[in-house]
Amino acid sequence: MPKDHGIGASDKRREDVRFLTGAGHYTDDIKTYGATTAIFCRSTVAHGIIKSIDTSAAENMPGVLAVFTGADFADVGGNPAGWLINSRDGTPMKEPKRPVLAHGKVRHVGDAYAAVIAETELQARNAAEAIVAEIEELPAIVDMAAGLAGDAFVHDEIGTNQCFDWGWIEDNRAATDAAIKAAPHVTTLELVNNRLVPNAMEPRCSIGNYDAGNDSYVLQTTSQNPHLTRLLISAFVMGIPENKLTVIAPDVGGGFGSKIYHYGEEALVLAAARKIGRPVKWTADRTEAFLTDAHGRDHVTKIELACEKDGTFIAFRTETMANVGAYLSNFSTATPTFLHGTLMAGNYTVPNVYVNVKAVFTNTAPVDAYRGAGRPEATYSIERVIDKAARELGIDPIAIRRKNFVKPDQYPFVSAAGLEYDSGNYDALMDTLEKHIDREGFKARRKESEAKGMLRGLGLNAYIEACGIAPSNLVGVLGSRVGLYDAATVRVNATGNLSVMVGAHSHGQGHETVFPQIVGEMLGIDPQSIDIVHGDTSKIPFGMGTYGSRSLAVCGSAMVRATEKIIAKAKKIAAHMLEASADDVDFKDGQFTVKGTDKSVSFGEVALKAYIPHNFPLEDIEPGLEETAFYDPANFTYPSGAYACEVEVDPDTGKVRVDRFIAVDDFGNIMNPMIVTGQVHGGLGQGIGQALLEGARYDADGQLLSASYMDYTMPRADDLPFYTVDHANGTPCTHNPLGVKGCGEAGAIGSPPTIVNAVVDALQSAGKNVTHIDMPLTPLRVWEAMHKA
Amino acid sequence: MASVAMVVNGKSVTKEVEGRTLLVDFLRNDLRLTGTHVGCDTSQCGACVVHVNGQAVKACTIFAVEADGAEVATIEGQANKDGSLNVIQQAFQDHHGLQCGFCTPGMVMSAAALLKENPKPTEADVRSYLEGNICRCTGYHNIVKAIMAASGQDVTAIAAE
Repeated sequence: MPKDHGIGASDKRREDVRFLTGAGHYTDDIKTYGATTAIFCRSTVAHGIIKSIDTSAAENMPGVLAVFTGADFADVGGNPAGWLINSRDGTPMKEPKRPVLAHGKVRHVGDAYAAVIAETELQARNAAEAIVAEIEELPAIVDMAAGLAGDAFVHDEIGTNQCFDWGWIEDNRAATDAAIKAAPHVTTLELVNNRLVPNAMEPRCSIGNYDAGNDSYVLQTTSQNPHLTRLLISAFVMGIPENKLTVIAPDVGGGFGSKIYHYGEEALVLAAARKIGRPVKWTADRTEAFLTDAHGRDHVTKIELACEKDGTFIAFRTETMANVGAYLSNFSTATPTFLHGTLMAGNYTVPNVYVNVKAVFTNTAPVDAYRGAGRPEATYSIERVIDKAARELGIDPIAIRRKNFVKPDQYPFVSAAGLEYDSGNYDALMDTLEKHIDREGFKARRKESEAKGMLRGLGLNAYIEACGIAPSNLVGVLGSRVGLYDAATVRVNATGNLSVMVGAHSHGQGHETVFPQIVGEMLGIDPQSIDIVHGDTSKIPFGMGTYGSRSLAVCGSAMVRATEKIIAKAKKIAAHMLEASADDVDFKDGQFTVKGTDKSVSFGEVALKAYIPHNFPLEDIEPGLEETAFYDPANFTYPSGAYACEVEVDPDTGKVRVDRFIAVDDFGNIMNPMIVTGQVHGGLGQGIGQALLEGARYDADGQLLSASYMDYTMPRADDLPFYTVDHANGTPCTHNPLGVKGCGEAGAIGSPPTIVNAVVDALQSAGKNVTHIDMPLTPLRVWEAMHKA
Repeated sequence: MASVAMVVNGKSVTKEVEGRTLLVDFLRNDLRLTGTHVGCDTSQCGACVVHVNGQAVKACTIFAVEADGAEVATIEGQANKDGSLNVIQQAFQDHHGLQCGFCTPGMVMSAAALLKENPKPTEADVRSYLEGNICRCTGYHNIVKAIMAASGQDVTAIAAE
């Protein structure tokens, strides 16, 4: 029976009321007295030498307050990569400087080389057009293989377009090669994980404010992690002391990864605010978002699966080229490596895994973590090649997966890619999936489709991912330059209500509802008396933000620890009030009771006592009731799942329709089923979008052909079906206090291979020897594949 | 500059605007009704849908002066008189039809226009009508479900939230 309140209940979201009435506060909604507008001059060529920039006309135009070019930031620091990757030969990755504004060269279409600050947006736009930049166009490096082979470089100073050549696990390379050489069957697949644009519906927006009286700054910005932005600006880019810089992210209209990172526009508005002494605001238009938000995916991969004739896996070997674009975005080097290569054993007991990733600079927008971040790429490669192998060997696609699954009695299980999976039950997930998919019924549905002249396919998939990033000790060894703990402060106010300051920052995930459900249950008080405070570095102890499905597993754990400290202190106060020993005081349902008596005080009475400490044992207990905890996870969490879908393919047009989609997930314990289901839905929408519709396309000159919603196909309501989602029977995470694993990215990880497997199945059912089609599976690509086969 | 007068959420307003001012910018900047959002530059995303004389309109596709004399309704005026959520808004909350909330005002305004035209839409009707509203968070499942629920239809057969 589902609970009606507290942990595990589908509490309705309290934040919805303001979003549904137009009372939300997104960054662009902030109107500040005296605010000015920043407009950027962006390169229209992908690669070129900046010969000169003439700003004189612009500077004299009406309303113009300041003009900046790259020269103004030549002496400040660069925006760094957060993760150092070493190549197979031990050399560190190449780290060219990423400046606030391009200086010397422009390196992708949209690369900003100048900015105008003016009284109004119109004046700024007019002045930006009056800036004359002489840019000598160079051939663009767009194709990764050509970029690696050629002698023209995105960054001349590093003399190569290769950022790193990484092997995982390098010591396993020889054994994997030998196992593949000796294997009775090897299936090979070459595939492209298509480049995507995250497309949060709220475009990025930043407002810089400077207070000359205190020599301090406030940055209001669209960010998934304000503290990281502050840290990067302070420690690397501008040198503003952290205590002089407040970063505030108010309501954030989606992110999906793209708002994790610090961008140059944030530094620019701060510098400009200081220079002119007034607030400076920049709001991206949608085409700027397409050109400059960090993109996702963009891997070109060859994967081999070696197996016995009976389908027992022997080895996975992967060679991938990963596009990092023109500059290293903050997590761009971790995404194709430690968030991808370490997952390349999948859900399987395969003994040999080796992954080689070459990261390549190109004259395209930076590429970084986008919903799933490396795990979708891993899952896609593994689950596509397994499907192909099953077909070659004549083994049922579910049977071949089950044959190789890690079994429930094998946990903790150290995979051949080096991660220690703490819990899971992949066979149970597949059992549940099989109940939902009704394979017998599928045969009848296929016949019905065929009677209409359509083809029907069934696609299957199993996935595992690593979430709750991440244990600082482990990631430190692996090259991370940050820790990945999180923090929370629980402040009990004198009147018994609570403010809970958390380092995670919701941008649609419902933290304001779910976090109070947890604290409320722990304290036995009404969650409505608890408010979450987030997104403001001046109010929160610290935080590493929301991404990597980490908010609940990491920040939620910090919040639990802080609440436990509150209970421990409150017990001492209660014991004093009840004239008992703290050891004799029980706490349940918001009441402190002396064991074996009817003497009790409520949580509210204790809170009041803490702030009005008359007759208080000050030598033993401080007044006040506020506790902070930092939590650093012991391991990643490992959500897993089994997905299926049925598609109908029109053989005359190649159009694919998703008829049904079933997602069975193990997220561990569930705090709010309604919200978890919504997270899966959203991930599925993006994953199905990747599989069928979306793709960022650059032409050979590095022009982004898909830079608006008229060119980039966003999934619309009529592209998608109702989904069946089941996460009822998870195996709890063994190492965090709530037993939670994270659910934000699963849908986007598990769905692309499910769709492609289904389309291949549909075409095979018509006798077409189609073994693979690269995403997105547009009607043209499907039709061409059918007609070539 | 031109003078425009219109009734916005039942209140008469008169302002001087430039001829080029879009209705969405007029609402957001001049009237400070920031619930109507801008998510694109090409009239694709639908975050700015408002009602002009009862019709759903993307407020980025018309100039403020074109709404001179019109009745304009925005998300800020949708709640019941007592401040409680209206039927559509309540259905969006009940069925988790929103996550980040950025597309939501446009979705609610489109849904209201749909239900006025078609009080009992099928799933296909709803999906087709929302062609001009993009949501990146929900995968649309709960939006479609919420709108069908708001129309008084039984949605319990649609997979649970």
